[in-house]
Amino acid sequence: MFVIAPFLWALSTSFKDFNSVTGGAKYIPWLQFEPSLEGWSVLIRSQGKGGVNIIEPYFNSVFVTCSASLLSIIFGTLAAYALSRFTFKAGFIKNNDITFFFISQRIMPPIVLSIPFFLMLGFLGLLDSLLGLILVYMVLLMPIAVWIMVDFFNRVPKEIDETALIDGCNPFEAFFKVVLPNSIPGLIVAGLFCIIFGWIDFFFAFILTFTKVQLLPVAIVALNSSVTPWWSLSASALVSVAPLIIVAFIVERYLSKGNLSGALK
Amino acid sequence: MNFKHKFAFLFPGLFVLIGILIFPIGFMIRLSLSSWDTFYPGLDFIGIENYVRLFTDDSRFWESFFRLSFLSVTTVSLQYIIGFSLALMVWRDIIFKRFFRVLFLIPMMTTPVIMTVIWRTFFHESLGPVNDILSIFGIAPPWLTNEHLAKVTIIIVEVWQWTPFMFLLLLAGLLSLPKEPFLAASVDGAGPIRKFIYVTFPLMAPISIGAIIIRLIEASKIMDTVYVLTSGGPGTSTETSSYYIFVKGLREFQFGYSAALSFTYLIIMIISLTIISKLLVKLLIKK
Repeated sequence: MFVIAPFLWALSTSFKDFNSVTGGAKYIPWLQFEPSLEGWSVLIRSQGKGGVNIIEPYFNSVFVTCSASLLSIIFGTLAAYALSRFTFKAGFIKNNDITFFFISQRIMPPIVLSIPFFLMLGFLGLLDSLLGLILVYMVLLMPIAVWIMVDFFNRVPKEIDETALIDGCNPFEAFFKVVLPNSIPGLIVAGLFCIIFGWIDFFFAFILTFTKVQLLPVAIVALNSSVTPWWSLSASALVSVAPLIIVAFIVERYLSKGNLSGALK
Repeated sequence: MNFKHKFAFLFPGLFVLIGILIFPIGFMIRLSLSSWDTFYPGLDFIGIENYVRLFTDDSRFWESFFRLSFLSVTTVSLQYIIGFSLALMVWRDIIFKRFFRVLFLIPMMTTPVIMTVIWRTFFHESLGPVNDILSIFGIAPPWLTNEHLAKVTIIIVEVWQWTPFMFLLLLAGLLSLPKEPFLAASVDGAGPIRKFIYVTFPLMAPISIGAIIIRLIEASKIMDTVYVLTSGGPGTSTETSSYYIFVKGLREFQFGYSAALSFTYLIIMIISLTIISKLLVKLLIKK
């Protein structure tokens, strides 16, 4: 009950109108208040007619999250494959140290990076642009991709690529033709995690964009501070949370297959 | 294998990461030695002046830091206790396990800030449902505007958001435990409580430590919740370190000083997390 209470509250609020919100807390439609679709219709109306600007941030968010996830998966998978299959040695730095270097980036508090990012992107003219955000998100997401994929490749038997090499492939062909098709489950899990963490990030989107480019969480929080009524606020919050709840059910599938228990260790 | 190839695999990722990460950190350290702000933008060199100011003349930073430690330790221990007991309750039960997993994934997957927005309406003093229910008992606490209650609210929201993560990690851990020790304990006639103290808990220690550390790392970054819920207020009573640095750097635009703040914060975080993890390992594993 404690878990889903806020959702039910948001759901019921999204159908309220002015009187039902200001008259104190009410919960059940029809019984305690007359439901109205005002909150939802505001979402698709244009801004001039009193709508809220949510559709454009929505697509921005989807675009940034997906492209940053894709890029991090590509780079992350390549690096993870290298770290899992070959040995590196540069002085005292070994494979595990490099892996740790990748993963340790999650420890970095975002605020620490935000100020240099702010100034640097400003210098490059990438502040308030989608490209700048994608670059920054790659830093956030690549550690996750590397983390999950290293673990995954470690469990893919080495014999697979050795056979491919004996059959006359060069290492790249072996990787793309043999190893990659065999690691699709791992790629999906890593991809889902990247999408989740990209989608829920608020901080960088908040600091590095202003007006031209807005991401969804920022747009909704902006609603919060302005005078926007609760019903459209709740409706837009639900809309933004919805895709990930669907993702959650897919992830649950993989969780029950036990794919993640290793990856999370 | 041809050894040139391995670099082709590793380097794109590594270089991208170094390019967009190490450089900013270097830049930040340099920035912390300058007095860059809105009036005098530019990289001048003022030595360690910022750090002197930080250590001698900025009680607000240290207060926010202690508040942060308090908040993260409380939330993480609550999350651990609730998560662990729930995991223990359901791990033998197949139907419940599935149900709770789905249920608990939901808060984990939702965007924290957006849920915080909803929580804010939830805790609204006169219009929110919490006070509506409490008014049956004739009380209406000012959840967001009272110094102490605001902290409680933040803790509740954080616990709601992240207990599921703890639960899922611990459940995965419980499920991967070997069966033999439990059988042996049953044969020896141990009751459920003794079984927990002598078998389950020690076996779970490594996973517990992992989960706690991961959560502490994340909790030490608390910022979105604070920003949306209370904006650090009332006054500065719910300000965490991240939020304070944010105010200094990106509201008052004292880039140089806030770079010094964030560098100090980073160092303190790394040192204290290392100490905490060492302590936990000693406490839980060496029994």
